[in-house]
Amino acid sequence: MNRVVITGMGIYSCIGKNIQEVKKSLYEGKSGIIFDEKRVPFGYRSCLTGMVDKPDLKTHLSRRQRISLGDEGSYAYLATCEALKNAKISQEFLDENEVGIIYGNDSTAKSVIESVDKIREKKDTTLVGSGAIFKGMNSTITMNLSTIYRLKGINFTLSAACASGSHSIGMSYQLIKSGLQDCIICGGAQEINELAMGTFDGLGVFSVDTKDPSKASKPFDKRRDGLVPSGGGATLVLESYESAIKRRAPILGEIIGYGFSSNAAHISTPNVDGPSRAMKKAIKQANLNTSDISYINAHATSTPVGDSNEAKAIFEVFGNNGPYVSSTKSMTGHECWMAGASEVIYSMIMVLNDFIAPNINLKYTDEDSSKLNLVKTTLNKNFDVFLSNSFGFGGTNSALIIKKLIS
Amino acid sequence: MSKNEIIENINKLLVEDFEIDSDIISPNAKIVEELGIDSLDFVDIVVFIEEEFNVKLGTDDFKNVVTLQDFYDLIEKKSK
Repeated sequence: MNRVVITGMGIYSCIGKNIQEVKKSLYEGKSGIIFDEKRVPFGYRSCLTGMVDKPDLKTHLSRRQRISLGDEGSYAYLATCEALKNAKISQEFLDENEVGIIYGNDSTAKSVIESVDKIREKKDTTLVGSGAIFKGMNSTITMNLSTIYRLKGINFTLSAACASGSHSIGMSYQLIKSGLQDCIICGGAQEINELAMGTFDGLGVFSVDTKDPSKASKPFDKRRDGLVPSGGGATLVLESYESAIKRRAPILGEIIGYGFSSNAAHISTPNVDGPSRAMKKAIKQANLNTSDISYINAHATSTPVGDSNEAKAIFEVFGNNGPYVSSTKSMTGHECWMAGASEVIYSMIMVLNDFIAPNINLKYTDEDSSKLNLVKTTLNKNFDVFLSNSFGFGGTNSALIIKKLIS
Repeated sequence: MSKNEIIENINKLLVEDFEIDSDIISPNAKIVEELGIDSLDFVDIVVFIEEEFNVKLGTDDFKNVVTLQDFYDLIEKKSK
Protein backbone atom coordinates (compact mmCIF):
# COMPACT_ATOMS: atom_id res chain seq x y z
CA MET A 1 0.00 0.00 0.00
CA ASN A 2 1.27 3.46 -0.94
CA ARG A 3 1.45 6.33 1.51
CA VAL A 4 -0.58 9.28 0.21
CA VAL A 5 0.60 12.86 0.66
CA ILE A 6 -0.65 16.34 -0.16
CA THR A 7 1.84 18.23 -2.32
CA GLY A 8 -0.18 21.26 -3.42
CA MET A 9 -3.19 23.33 -2.41
CA GLY A 10 -5.10 26.19 -4.00
CA ILE A 11 -8.18 28.10 -2.96
CA TYR A 12 -10.61 30.72 -4.26
CA SER A 13 -13.03 31.53 -1.47
CA CYS A 14 -15.06 34.30 0.13
CA ILE A 15 -12.33 34.76 2.77
CA GLY A 16 -9.45 35.00 0.28
CA LYS A 17 -8.43 34.40 -3.32
CA ASN A 18 -5.33 32.37 -2.49
CA ILE A 19 -3.68 30.48 0.36
CA GLN A 20 -1.94 33.56 1.79
CA GLU A 21 -5.11 35.68 1.90
CA VAL A 22 -7.10 32.82 3.42
CA LYS A 23 -4.43 32.22 6.06
CA LYS A 24 -4.75 35.84 7.20
CA SER A 25 -8.57 35.69 7.31
CA LEU A 26 -8.56 32.43 9.26
CA TYR A 27 -6.12 33.80 11.80
CA GLU A 28 -8.09 37.02 12.18
CA GLY A 29 -11.46 35.29 12.29
CA LYS A 30 -12.75 37.30 9.35
CA SER A 31 -16.17 36.61 7.84
CA GLY A 32 -16.86 36.51 4.08
CA ILE A 33 -20.64 36.77 4.37
CA ILE A 34 -22.69 39.53 2.71
CA PHE A 35 -26.36 40.38 2.06
CA ASP A 36 -27.09 39.81 -1.65
CA GLU A 37 -29.70 42.38 -2.74
CA LYS A 38 -30.37 40.44 -5.97
CA ARG A 39 -32.03 37.69 -3.95
CA VAL A 40 -34.74 39.98 -2.53
CA PRO A 41 -36.87 40.40 -5.70
CA PHE A 42 -36.16 36.76 -6.55
CA GLY A 43 -38.22 35.67 -3.54
CA TYR A 44 -35.53 34.41 -1.21
CA ARG A 45 -36.38 33.95 2.45
CA SER A 46 -32.72 34.61 3.30
CA CYS A 47 -30.42 36.76 1.14
CA LEU A 48 -27.23 36.08 3.12
CA THR A 49 -24.38 34.44 1.22
CA GLY A 50 -20.64 34.11 0.93
CA MET A 51 -19.46 36.00 -2.15
CA VAL A 52 -16.45 35.88 -4.47
CA ASP A 53 -15.51 38.09 -7.44
CA LYS A 54 -16.23 36.74 -10.91
CA PRO A 55 -12.84 35.69 -12.27
CA ASP A 56 -11.59 37.25 -15.50
CA LEU A 57 -9.78 34.43 -17.27
CA LYS A 58 -9.05 36.25 -20.54
CA THR A 59 -5.32 36.31 -19.90
CA HIS A 60 -5.29 32.69 -18.65
CA LEU A 61 -7.33 30.74 -21.19
CA SER A 62 -8.30 30.73 -24.87
CA ARG A 63 -11.82 31.55 -26.03
CA ARG A 64 -12.63 27.87 -26.58
CA GLN A 65 -11.52 27.06 -23.05
CA ARG A 66 -13.38 30.00 -21.49
CA ILE A 67 -16.76 29.50 -23.12
CA SER A 68 -17.08 26.00 -21.67
CA LEU A 69 -16.49 27.15 -18.11
CA GLY A 70 -19.34 28.20 -15.83
CA ASP A 71 -18.84 30.02 -12.54
CA GLU A 72 -17.95 26.88 -10.56
CA GLY A 73 -15.49 25.84 -13.27
CA SER A 74 -13.79 29.26 -13.17
CA TYR A 75 -13.35 29.05 -9.40
CA ALA A 76 -12.02 25.49 -9.70
CA TYR A 77 -9.62 26.53 -12.45
CA LEU A 78 -8.08 29.34 -10.39
CA ALA A 79 -7.75 27.10 -7.32
CA THR A 80 -6.13 24.43 -9.50
CA CYS A 81 -3.64 26.91 -11.00
CA GLU A 82 -2.46 27.75 -7.49
CA ALA A 83 -2.39 24.11 -6.34
CA LEU A 84 -0.33 22.94 -9.32
CA LYS A 85 2.05 25.86 -8.95
CA ASN A 86 2.54 25.14 -5.25
CA ALA A 87 3.01 21.44 -6.01
CA LYS A 88 5.66 22.42 -8.59
CA ILE A 89 3.79 20.55 -11.31
CA SER A 90 4.39 21.91 -14.81
CA GLN A 91 2.51 21.20 -18.05
CA GLU A 92 5.52 19.13 -19.12
CA PHE A 93 5.04 16.91 -16.08
CA LEU A 94 1.33 16.53 -16.88
CA ASP A 95 2.18 15.66 -20.50
CA GLU A 96 4.69 12.99 -19.50
CA ASN A 97 2.85 11.36 -16.58
CA GLU A 98 -0.54 9.80 -15.91
CA VAL A 99 -2.12 12.42 -13.66
CA GLY A 100 -5.84 12.11 -12.89
CA ILE A 101 -8.69 14.27 -11.63
CA ILE A 102 -11.61 13.57 -9.29
CA TYR A 103 -13.49 16.72 -8.37
CA GLY A 104 -16.56 17.32 -6.25
CA ASN A 105 -19.50 19.16 -7.81
CA ASP A 106 -23.24 18.67 -7.50
CA SER A 107 -24.91 21.39 -9.58
CA THR A 108 -24.60 23.71 -12.55
CA ALA A 109 -27.92 25.51 -12.02
CA LYS A 110 -27.04 28.87 -13.54
CA SER A 111 -25.58 27.42 -16.74
CA VAL A 112 -28.51 25.05 -17.25
CA ILE A 113 -31.20 27.63 -16.52
CA GLU A 114 -29.66 30.32 -18.73
CA SER A 115 -29.26 27.89 -21.63
CA VAL A 116 -32.82 26.59 -21.42
CA ASP A 117 -34.16 30.15 -21.12
CA LYS A 118 -32.31 31.06 -24.33
CA ILE A 119 -33.70 28.07 -26.23
CA ARG A 120 -37.18 28.90 -24.95
CA GLU A 121 -36.80 32.48 -26.17
CA LYS A 122 -35.17 31.78 -29.54
CA LYS A 123 -36.93 28.49 -30.35
CA ASP A 124 -33.66 27.32 -31.88
CA THR A 125 -31.21 25.07 -30.03
CA THR A 126 -28.20 26.12 -32.11
CA LEU A 127 -28.46 29.67 -30.75
CA VAL A 128 -27.55 28.47 -27.27
CA GLY A 129 -23.92 28.34 -28.46
CA SER A 130 -21.32 25.62 -28.28
CA GLY A 131 -20.22 26.16 -24.68
CA ALA A 132 -23.63 25.58 -23.10
CA ILE A 133 -23.49 21.80 -22.87
CA PHE A 134 -19.99 21.76 -21.38
CA LYS A 135 -21.01 24.34 -18.77
CA GLY A 136 -24.27 22.62 -17.96
CA MET A 137 -23.24 19.05 -17.23
CA ASN A 138 -22.53 18.08 -13.68
CA SER A 139 -19.07 16.90 -14.69
CA THR A 140 -18.27 20.37 -16.06
CA ILE A 141 -15.23 20.83 -13.84
CA THR A 142 -13.51 17.56 -14.57
CA MET A 143 -14.27 17.71 -18.31
CA ASN A 144 -12.89 21.24 -18.54
CA LEU A 145 -9.83 20.88 -16.32
CA SER A 146 -8.85 17.53 -17.85
CA THR A 147 -8.95 19.20 -21.27
CA ILE A 148 -7.18 22.42 -20.24
CA TYR A 149 -4.37 20.49 -18.54
CA ARG A 150 -4.39 17.54 -21.00
CA LEU A 151 -4.71 15.02 -18.16
CA LYS A 152 -4.21 11.32 -18.89
CA GLY A 153 -5.35 9.54 -15.74
CA ILE A 154 -8.60 8.88 -13.89
CA ASN A 155 -11.24 11.47 -14.82
CA PHE A 156 -14.63 11.80 -13.17
CA THR A 157 -16.79 14.08 -11.06
CA LEU A 158 -17.98 13.06 -7.65
CA SER A 159 -21.44 14.16 -6.55
CA ALA A 160 -22.27 13.57 -2.90
CA ALA A 161 -24.10 16.74 -1.88
CA CYS A 162 -22.23 18.72 0.77
CA ALA A 163 -19.68 15.93 1.23
CA SER A 164 -18.62 15.97 -2.48
CA GLY A 165 -15.29 17.70 -1.89
CA SER A 166 -14.37 15.45 1.02
CA HIS A 167 -15.24 12.22 -0.81
CA SER A 168 -13.22 13.42 -3.82
CA ILE A 169 -10.16 13.52 -1.56
CA GLY A 170 -11.13 10.17 -0.04
CA MET A 171 -11.56 8.45 -3.40
CA SER A 172 -8.31 9.91 -4.73
CA TYR A 173 -6.59 8.70 -1.57
CA GLN A 174 -7.91 5.15 -2.13
CA LEU A 175 -6.75 5.06 -5.76
CA ILE A 176 -3.25 6.26 -4.92
CA LYS A 177 -3.02 4.05 -1.82
CA SER A 178 -3.87 0.98 -3.86
CA GLY A 179 -1.31 1.87 -6.53
CA LEU A 180 -3.76 2.54 -9.36
CA GLN A 181 -2.64 6.17 -9.73
CA ASP A 182 0.40 8.15 -8.61
CA CYS A 183 -1.00 11.64 -8.68
CA ILE A 184 -4.57 13.00 -8.66
CA ILE A 185 -5.96 16.54 -8.68
CA CYS A 186 -8.98 16.63 -6.39
CA GLY A 187 -11.18 19.19 -4.69
CA GLY A 188 -14.59 20.76 -4.79
CA ALA A 189 -16.31 23.80 -6.26
CA GLN A 190 -19.61 25.53 -5.68
CA GLU A 191 -21.41 28.13 -7.80
CA ILE A 192 -22.68 31.29 -6.07
CA ASN A 193 -25.78 32.86 -7.60
CA GLU A 194 -29.47 33.31 -6.97
CA LEU A 195 -30.41 30.59 -9.48
CA ALA A 196 -28.46 27.91 -7.62
CA MET A 197 -29.69 28.32 -4.06
CA GLY A 198 -33.44 29.00 -4.39
CA THR A 199 -34.50 25.40 -3.86
CA PHE A 200 -32.28 25.11 -0.78
CA ASP A 201 -33.59 28.43 0.57
CA GLY A 202 -37.09 27.05 0.07
CA LEU A 203 -36.50 24.50 2.81
CA GLY A 204 -36.31 27.34 5.34
CA VAL A 205 -32.95 26.22 6.69
CA PHE A 206 -30.97 29.41 5.92
CA SER A 207 -30.22 31.99 8.61
CA VAL A 208 -32.43 35.09 8.56
CA ASP A 209 -30.25 36.91 11.08
CA THR A 210 -29.51 39.78 8.71
CA LYS A 211 -28.64 42.59 11.16
CA ASP A 212 -24.91 41.99 10.66
CA PRO A 213 -24.18 39.42 7.90
CA SER A 214 -20.77 38.65 9.41
CA LYS A 215 -22.51 37.42 12.56
CA ALA A 216 -25.19 35.29 10.88
CA SER A 217 -23.35 31.97 10.73
CA LYS A 218 -23.14 30.75 14.34
CA PRO A 219 -22.25 27.05 14.41
CA PHE A 220 -22.67 25.42 17.84
CA ASP A 221 -24.14 28.62 19.36
CA LYS A 222 -27.47 28.38 21.17
CA ARG A 223 -28.77 31.28 19.02
CA ARG A 224 -28.00 29.63 15.66
CA ASP A 225 -30.91 29.89 13.24
CA GLY A 226 -29.67 28.24 10.05
CA LEU A 227 -26.83 28.03 7.59
CA VAL A 228 -25.50 30.67 5.20
CA PRO A 229 -24.78 29.37 1.66
CA SER A 230 -21.44 30.12 0.08
CA GLY A 231 -19.07 28.85 -2.60
CA GLY A 232 -15.83 29.07 -4.56
CA GLY A 233 -13.20 26.49 -5.47
CA ALA A 234 -10.66 24.40 -3.55
CA THR A 235 -8.04 22.10 -5.09
CA LEU A 236 -5.52 19.69 -3.60
CA VAL A 237 -2.82 17.68 -5.34
CA LEU A 238 -2.58 14.18 -3.88
CA GLU A 239 0.37 12.02 -4.66
CA SER A 240 2.07 8.83 -3.60
CA TYR A 241 4.89 9.50 -1.15
CA GLU A 242 7.27 7.80 -3.56
CA SER A 243 6.26 10.03 -6.48
CA ALA A 244 6.55 13.16 -4.33
CA ILE A 245 10.03 12.20 -3.13
CA LYS A 246 11.13 11.23 -6.64
CA ARG A 247 10.29 14.64 -8.09
CA ARG A 248 11.35 16.51 -4.93
CA ALA A 249 7.88 17.96 -4.46
CA PRO A 250 6.92 19.91 -1.36
CA ILE A 251 5.19 17.52 1.05
CA LEU A 252 2.63 19.23 3.28
CA GLY A 253 0.70 16.45 4.92
CA GLU A 254 -0.22 12.79 4.77
CA ILE A 255 -3.74 11.41 4.50
CA ILE A 256 -3.97 8.55 6.97
CA GLY A 257 -7.69 7.88 7.33
CA TYR A 258 -10.86 8.10 5.24
CA GLY A 259 -14.03 6.92 6.93
CA PHE A 260 -17.34 6.93 5.11
CA SER A 261 -20.87 5.90 5.96
CA SER A 262 -24.51 6.41 5.08
CA ASN A 263 -27.18 7.28 7.64
CA ALA A 264 -29.90 4.88 6.45
CA ALA A 265 -32.38 7.49 7.61
CA HIS A 266 -33.96 10.82 6.59
CA ILE A 267 -33.09 12.59 3.30
CA SER A 268 -32.19 15.92 4.93
CA THR A 269 -32.15 15.55 8.72
CA PRO A 270 -28.72 14.36 9.89
CA ASN A 271 -28.34 11.78 12.66
CA VAL A 272 -25.69 10.79 15.20
CA ASP A 273 -24.97 7.21 14.21
CA GLY A 274 -23.81 7.82 10.60
CA PRO A 275 -21.24 10.54 11.35
CA SER A 276 -20.07 8.63 14.42
CA ARG A 277 -19.41 5.48 12.35
CA ALA A 278 -17.52 7.49 9.70
CA MET A 279 -15.24 9.06 12.33
CA LYS A 280 -14.61 5.69 14.03
CA LYS A 281 -13.73 4.07 10.70
CA ALA A 282 -11.27 6.85 9.86
CA ILE A 283 -9.60 6.61 13.29
CA LYS A 284 -9.31 2.82 13.01
CA GLN A 285 -7.87 3.05 9.51
CA ALA A 286 -5.36 5.68 10.67
CA ASN A 287 -4.38 3.29 13.47
CA LEU A 288 -4.69 6.07 16.04
CA ASN A 289 -6.16 6.53 19.48
CA THR A 290 -8.72 9.30 19.78
CA SER A 291 -6.25 11.20 21.96
CA ASP A 292 -3.84 11.39 19.01
CA ILE A 293 -6.18 13.77 17.18
CA SER A 294 -5.66 17.38 18.25
CA TYR A 295 -8.24 19.23 16.17
CA ILE A 296 -11.58 18.54 14.49
CA ASN A 297 -12.78 20.82 11.71
CA ALA A 298 -16.49 20.19 12.23
CA HIS A 299 -19.05 20.00 9.46
CA ALA A 300 -21.34 22.15 11.68
CA THR A 301 -23.28 24.41 9.33
CA SER A 302 -25.16 26.43 11.97
CA THR A 303 -28.46 24.56 11.75
CA PRO A 304 -30.15 23.66 15.05
CA VAL A 305 -30.42 19.88 14.49
CA GLY A 306 -27.26 19.33 12.44
CA ASP A 307 -24.87 20.94 14.90
CA SER A 308 -26.45 19.19 17.89
CA ASN A 309 -26.20 15.79 16.26
CA GLU A 310 -22.59 16.35 15.19
CA ALA A 311 -21.72 17.51 18.73
CA LYS A 312 -23.33 14.32 20.08
CA ALA A 313 -21.41 12.19 17.56
CA ILE A 314 -18.06 13.86 18.39
CA PHE A 315 -18.72 13.42 22.11
CA GLU A 316 -19.70 9.79 21.60
CA VAL A 317 -16.44 9.06 19.74
CA PHE A 318 -14.01 11.26 21.71
CA GLY A 319 -15.67 11.56 25.15
CA ASN A 320 -14.60 14.10 27.77
CA ASN A 321 -11.45 16.16 27.20
CA GLY A 322 -11.69 15.62 23.47
CA PRO A 323 -9.78 17.49 20.76
CA TYR A 324 -10.19 21.17 19.94
CA VAL A 325 -13.20 21.72 17.68
CA SER A 326 -14.19 24.63 15.44
CA SER A 327 -16.36 25.16 12.40
CA THR A 328 -14.76 27.43 9.81
CA LYS A 329 -18.26 27.78 8.32
CA SER A 330 -18.72 30.47 10.98
CA MET A 331 -16.51 32.61 8.68
CA THR A 332 -17.06 31.14 5.21
CA GLY A 333 -20.67 30.05 5.38
CA HIS A 334 -21.51 26.63 3.97
CA GLU A 335 -19.46 26.11 0.81
CA CYS A 336 -21.57 23.04 -0.02
CA TRP A 337 -19.98 20.91 -2.79
CA MET A 338 -16.66 22.66 -2.13
CA ALA A 339 -16.75 22.51 1.67
CA GLY A 340 -15.14 19.12 2.23
CA ALA A 341 -12.10 20.13 0.18
CA SER A 342 -11.82 23.76 1.34
CA GLU A 343 -12.06 22.73 4.98
CA VAL A 344 -9.16 20.31 4.58
CA ILE A 345 -7.20 23.24 3.10
CA TYR A 346 -8.25 25.55 5.97
CA SER A 347 -7.15 22.89 8.48
CA MET A 348 -3.89 22.32 6.57
CA ILE A 349 -3.19 26.06 6.72
CA MET A 350 -3.71 25.88 10.49
CA VAL A 351 -1.57 22.80 11.06
CA LEU A 352 1.25 24.22 8.93
CA ASN A 353 1.17 27.60 10.69
CA ASP A 354 0.63 26.50 14.30
CA PHE A 355 -2.80 27.91 15.03
CA ILE A 356 -6.42 26.86 15.29
CA ALA A 357 -8.89 29.22 13.64
CA PRO A 358 -11.81 30.30 15.77
CA ASN A 359 -15.43 29.30 15.59
CA ILE A 360 -16.49 32.95 15.39
CA ASN A 361 -19.90 34.14 16.60
CA LEU A 362 -19.91 31.56 19.38
CA LYS A 363 -21.13 33.19 22.58
CA TYR A 364 -23.48 30.70 24.20
CA THR A 365 -23.04 26.96 23.91
CA ASP A 366 -26.02 24.60 24.28
CA GLU A 367 -26.41 21.29 26.08
CA ASP A 368 -24.56 19.34 23.36
CA SER A 369 -21.94 21.83 22.23
CA SER A 370 -20.93 22.61 25.82
CA LYS A 371 -19.45 19.09 25.99
CA LEU A 372 -16.95 19.93 23.23
CA ASN A 373 -13.63 21.70 23.49
CA LEU A 374 -14.70 24.55 21.19
CA VAL A 375 -12.22 27.19 20.04
CA LYS A 376 -13.86 30.62 20.33
CA THR A 377 -10.84 32.82 19.65
CA THR A 378 -7.71 32.10 17.61
CA LEU A 379 -5.49 29.66 19.43
CA ASN A 380 -1.75 29.60 18.81
CA LYS A 381 -1.00 25.92 18.97
CA ASN A 382 1.48 23.51 17.45
CA PHE A 383 -0.26 20.28 16.52
CA ASP A 384 0.13 17.39 14.10
CA VAL A 385 -3.12 15.55 13.38
CA PHE A 386 -6.61 16.74 12.50
CA LEU A 387 -9.91 15.25 11.42
CA SER A 388 -12.27 16.95 8.99
CA ASN A 389 -15.97 16.04 8.92
CA SER A 390 -18.31 16.47 5.95
CA PHE A 391 -21.92 15.35 5.74
CA GLY A 392 -24.55 15.70 3.03
CA PHE A 393 -28.17 15.17 2.00
CA GLY A 394 -29.13 11.54 1.68
CA GLY A 395 -27.07 10.83 4.78
CA THR A 396 -23.67 10.66 3.10
CA ASN A 397 -20.76 11.11 5.54
CA SER A 398 -17.02 11.46 5.13
CA ALA A 399 -14.31 11.87 7.78
CA LEU A 400 -10.71 12.47 6.74
CA ILE A 401 -7.69 12.30 9.03
CA ILE A 402 -4.55 14.14 8.00
CA LYS A 403 -1.15 14.36 9.60
CA LYS A 404 1.34 17.19 9.17
CA LEU A 405 4.37 16.00 7.24
CA ILE A 406 6.85 18.60 6.15
CA SER A 407 9.52 17.59 3.67
CA MET B 1 -25.56 45.86 -45.13
CA SER B 2 -22.89 46.34 -47.81
CA LYS B 3 -20.44 43.63 -48.74
CA ASN B 4 -17.64 45.69 -47.18
CA GLU B 5 -19.52 45.93 -43.91
CA ILE B 6 -20.09 42.18 -43.94
CA ILE B 7 -16.38 41.56 -44.46
CA GLU B 8 -15.44 44.06 -41.80
CA ASN B 9 -17.82 42.57 -39.20
CA ILE B 10 -16.81 38.99 -39.88
CA ASN B 11 -13.12 39.84 -39.69
CA LYS B 12 -13.73 41.69 -36.44
CA LEU B 13 -15.50 38.62 -35.03
CA LEU B 14 -12.61 36.37 -36.00
CA VAL B 15 -9.98 38.64 -34.46
CA GLU B 16 -11.78 39.86 -31.34
CA ASP B 17 -13.96 36.91 -30.35
CA PHE B 18 -12.16 33.95 -31.89
CA GLU B 19 -8.75 35.43 -31.07
CA ILE B 20 -7.36 34.67 -34.55
CA ASP B 21 -4.21 36.56 -35.56
CA SER B 22 -5.27 39.33 -37.98
CA ASP B 23 -2.18 38.66 -40.12
CA ILE B 24 -3.55 35.31 -41.32
CA ILE B 25 -6.98 36.66 -42.22
CA SER B 26 -7.38 36.96 -46.00
CA PRO B 27 -10.20 36.09 -48.44
CA ASN B 28 -8.34 32.99 -49.61
CA ALA B 29 -7.59 31.67 -46.12
CA LYS B 30 -9.05 28.23 -45.56
CA ILE B 31 -11.36 28.45 -42.54
CA VAL B 32 -10.68 25.03 -41.02
CA GLU B 33 -7.11 24.31 -42.08
CA GLU B 34 -5.63 27.78 -41.83
CA LEU B 35 -7.77 29.71 -39.37
CA GLY B 36 -8.24 26.70 -37.08
CA ILE B 37 -12.05 26.97 -36.85
CA ASP B 38 -13.51 23.65 -35.62
CA SER B 39 -16.98 22.12 -35.64
CA LEU B 40 -17.86 23.71 -32.27
CA ASP B 41 -16.77 27.14 -33.50
CA PHE B 42 -19.27 26.92 -36.37
CA VAL B 43 -22.06 26.74 -33.78
CA ASP B 44 -20.86 30.01 -32.25
CA ILE B 45 -20.53 31.58 -35.72
CA VAL B 46 -24.21 30.76 -36.33
CA VAL B 47 -25.10 32.56 -33.08
CA PHE B 48 -23.01 35.59 -34.08
CA ILE B 49 -24.51 35.80 -37.57
CA GLU B 50 -28.03 35.71 -36.14
CA GLU B 51 -27.22 38.49 -33.65
CA GLU B 52 -25.15 40.67 -35.99
CA PHE B 53 -26.88 40.24 -39.37
CA ASN B 54 -30.26 38.87 -38.29
CA VAL B 55 -29.61 35.98 -40.68
CA LYS B 56 -30.64 32.47 -39.70
CA LEU B 57 -28.07 29.83 -40.58
CA GLY B 58 -27.80 26.17 -39.77
CA THR B 59 -24.50 24.38 -39.40
CA ASP B 60 -25.41 22.61 -42.68
CA ASP B 61 -25.10 25.91 -44.55
CA PHE B 62 -21.33 25.70 -44.08
CA LYS B 63 -21.02 22.46 -46.08
CA ASN B 64 -19.60 24.22 -49.13
CA VAL B 65 -17.73 26.93 -47.27
CA VAL B 66 -13.99 26.38 -47.56
CA THR B 67 -12.41 29.84 -47.65
CA LEU B 68 -13.23 33.08 -45.93
CA GLN B 69 -14.41 34.41 -49.31
CA ASP B 70 -16.98 31.58 -49.45
CA PHE B 71 -18.16 32.66 -46.01
CA TYR B 72 -18.53 36.34 -47.00
CA ASP B 73 -20.48 35.25 -50.11
CA LEU B 74 -22.78 33.02 -48.07
CA ILE B 75 -23.71 35.83 -45.69
CA GLU B 76 -24.23 38.27 -48.56
CA LYS B 77 -26.53 35.79 -50.32
CA LYS B 78 -28.48 34.97 -47.16
CA SER B 79 -28.92 38.60 -46.11
CA LYS B 80 -30.59 39.58 -49.35
